[in-house]
Amino acid sequence: MNMNASTTGLAPSPAKAISIRDVNLFYGDLQVLKDINLEIQPGEFFAFLGPSGCGKTTLLRLIAGFNTARQGSVVVGGVDVLDMPPWKRDIGMVFQSYALWPHMTVARNVAFGLEERRLPRAEVERRVDAALNLVGLKHLAGRRPAQLSGGQQQRVALARTIAIEPKVLLLDEPLSNLDAKMRVEVRRELRELQQRLQLTTIFVTHDQEEANTVCDRIAVFNEGRIQQVGTPMGLYEKPANLFVANFLGTANILDGHVVGSGADRLFEVPGAGSIPIPAGTTVPRGAKLVFRPQYATIGTVASDAVALAGTITHREFLGATVRYGVQVGTASVLVDVPFHSGDALLETGARTSVGLQPSSAQWLAE
Amino acid sequence: MAFVTSFPPRRVTAKPGQIAAVALIGLFLAIFLIIPAGTVIYTAFTEKGTGALTFVNFLDFFATDLFRRSFFNSVYVAGMSVVWATLIALPLAVLTTRFDFRGSMVIQTLGFVPLIMPPFVGAVAMQLLFGRNGTVNLLLNDWFGVRIPFMEGLNGVIFVQSLHYFPFILINLSTSLRNIDRSMEEAAQNLGSSGFRLFRRIVFPLSMPGYLAGASLVFVKVFDDLATPLLLNVKDMLAPQAYLRVTSVGLTDPMGYVISVILIIVSIFAMWLSAVAMRGKDYSTVQRGGGGLMRRSLSRGESIVAYGVVGFILLLVLSPHIGLLLLSFATVWSYSPLPDDFTMVHYARVFDESSVYIKNTLIYASLAGLIDVVIGGAIAYLVLRTKVVGRRWLDWAATSALAIPGVVLGIGYLRTFYGVTLPDGTPLATLWVMVVLALAIRRLPYALRACYAALQQVSESLEEAAENLGATKQRTIRRIVLPLMTGGLLAGFVTSFSTAAVELSATLMLIQSNSDAPIAYGIYVFMQSPAGRGPGAALGVIAVIMVALCTLLSHYVIERRQKAIGSAK
Repeated sequence: MNMNASTTGLAPSPAKAISIRDVNLFYGDLQVLKDINLEIQPGEFFAFLGPSGCGKTTLLRLIAGFNTARQGSVVVGGVDVLDMPPWKRDIGMVFQSYALWPHMTVARNVAFGLEERRLPRAEVERRVDAALNLVGLKHLAGRRPAQLSGGQQQRVALARTIAIEPKVLLLDEPLSNLDAKMRVEVRRELRELQQRLQLTTIFVTHDQEEANTVCDRIAVFNEGRIQQVGTPMGLYEKPANLFVANFLGTANILDGHVVGSGADRLFEVPGAGSIPIPAGTTVPRGAKLVFRPQYATIGTVASDAVALAGTITHREFLGATVRYGVQVGTASVLVDVPFHSGDALLETGARTSVGLQPSSAQWLAE
Repeated sequence: MAFVTSFPPRRVTAKPGQIAAVALIGLFLAIFLIIPAGTVIYTAFTEKGTGALTFVNFLDFFATDLFRRSFFNSVYVAGMSVVWATLIALPLAVLTTRFDFRGSMVIQTLGFVPLIMPPFVGAVAMQLLFGRNGTVNLLLNDWFGVRIPFMEGLNGVIFVQSLHYFPFILINLSTSLRNIDRSMEEAAQNLGSSGFRLFRRIVFPLSMPGYLAGASLVFVKVFDDLATPLLLNVKDMLAPQAYLRVTSVGLTDPMGYVISVILIIVSIFAMWLSAVAMRGKDYSTVQRGGGGLMRRSLSRGESIVAYGVVGFILLLVLSPHIGLLLLSFATVWSYSPLPDDFTMVHYARVFDESSVYIKNTLIYASLAGLIDVVIGGAIAYLVLRTKVVGRRWLDWAATSALAIPGVVLGIGYLRTFYGVTLPDGTPLATLWVMVVLALAIRRLPYALRACYAALQQVSESLEEAAENLGATKQRTIRRIVLPLMTGGLLAGFVTSFSTAAVELSATLMLIQSNSDAPIAYGIYVFMQSPAGRGPGAALGVIAVIMVALCTLLSHYVIERRQKAIGSAK
């Protein structure tokens, strides 16, 4: 996408940074946002990721002005917006339900924000055209929202928001009301559009795949707190705690305890065996052993790997891989093995050993 | 009849029982709704004497000064009633849905006002309160030397009707407002809109369908009402003219039928207009997990104004009831702000002489309610759960009763059944059973909606589970469907009962002797003479209490049932 923003017909001002500092938010006595600190770079496509009720939407609505915080500041493009009413903020938000007004045509919906800004009629028309062109729906300008498909409605909601040339763009679960196939298509389009407009964008989702595929960086939320901020790969490779490891992808988590000290530390998993802890690894108090299913082997154990003895409890054929469930001591471990045509599969009930490189293991606490 | 029209041959999947049910209900609706209404329309288009088809009756109608005036008066009164009802309902609806307002419960309760007392009952009391020499004008004259012609001529009808029917707009508008999802408003704020502009551009248009539904209902109700103008001595309106022509000139006079046709056309037109206005506009946008519109707290000053407005409106709305109560205890009340003295003598007289009215009302209204629930429940089941041929026709036929004003149905019964006599020579039309049937037909559309709602709440899988476990269709209905529908059926019964108990327009046509008369007729007869006002008011108070008690009781029963079923889940 080498098009620059001016070819879109919408000319947003230079991308704005968002800086959230020391935000705490309460619903009555319940604290739903705890010590939120976040720096989002100009032009960044940023995701708030987490399970429902984790506070991600609450924070998004705080930025848009639909929630109020007792403490902290939200600075957008150098201006603290926390004391402004929503209609003064110039922060575009696409609602999860799209919130298209059923009594207005597509064009009237898109024109709404421009009319509220008392722009000259010619300019309103020009920008409505530009915004609808951008989402490829110019031919549907005269339709009512109820006559559009879910994907089209979503695009109208997007056009309506970017028509006002907002400082930043907030997307509240924008793909949740689409079917699986549309979701993949639309998320690619969203990414493309964001790149063209160079608009700082926050994307709220509970789906890690969505966040991974479209966003530059992700903040993982749980119980009102940001657990970790990083790139999709960074979060997957180096999760900061058990929650992040578990939420992003599949992780094996084994209970156990550290024995020995110095260079000879071992992590003993009761009933299964011990893994040497590589030198220089910090093991937090109460930490558990964490590794991804594809980093372990089954049956064959490399010379520099540790073997954990167990029994195969189940087997799932996933196409590219075969996933084995292995009972190791009191824990159940998943191992993914790449599948090649003609491979013989292991049978359930068989005794086997799981091979694990200590360097691909991590020790994480809650 | 239309529902036995031949259809292209198709595989018959209906059970004989279902076909029999369709046939019986079809026959009932044909005899007591479609043929009488059809007769009225047919008569309007035939020449008196020869029976030839003609338009001349309509030309006569519009050539007659009195009828033209009546027509415009009816349109004017109905239109102005909508305007005033809107002015009353709008602030109340906005206040209850958009603000945290303590008085909301009281305002919601007002929704029952049109149910428990028809407007004509309070009309005479309103004259004593707001008439030329009524309480308010006497006081105004004493203090400021002015009188306001609240009750002069058409004003009186408009005043009484709008006070009475505004809840229809209030309820529909409030529901519409409540069904607007919060995100609709937030999206507008996000795009830079706020305050009154936001209300004008987003909230108000989104609530329009509900408003129109309520407004058209008010228009039709007022346009068709017979008793209120009659009691206020306004005769140059359509419904009173139809009544007077038929009762004074006679059953053969075509003008009564012409007016009936015009009443039907206007009813249909108003309903069609609101249907067109609402087409494709299901603006109910509440999302799962979303909420209604944002509510705002009132500031201290705003609170005072709000309570002031609500208090004032409440006083106005309750004034017919207050007036009626005063009148029922009054010895003499004229040319004075309040009655001279109070007495129990009217109640004594009513209980002594007129308990037959109360007894008749209980019988008629219960029977009408029962017929409605049985037929409504059957139609609902046939439409929603079977594929039997003709079920849609039943639905349409039953619903079409909405377009037939009571006075028209009464005229239709007289015309259709007057010639039919019992062995002893009494015409069928004047039998008390006819009143019951007319009441049942008039209330059927409402009962039918209640039955639909009740049946829709019973998941089909519950029935399938019963059949899967070996219950036949009939036993499934008896053991699963009916018990689960009880609440809804009861609601249907109560709506039919309480409105039938105080309906007058069809009754006025059909009742021949006092011994057959229900309470509404009794009130009307008493209220005709100044001496009868006291007992009439006492009878009115009794009617209100009777209907209110039944409504309360059924609410209590329905709620308890709902809780029991809910907790058993």
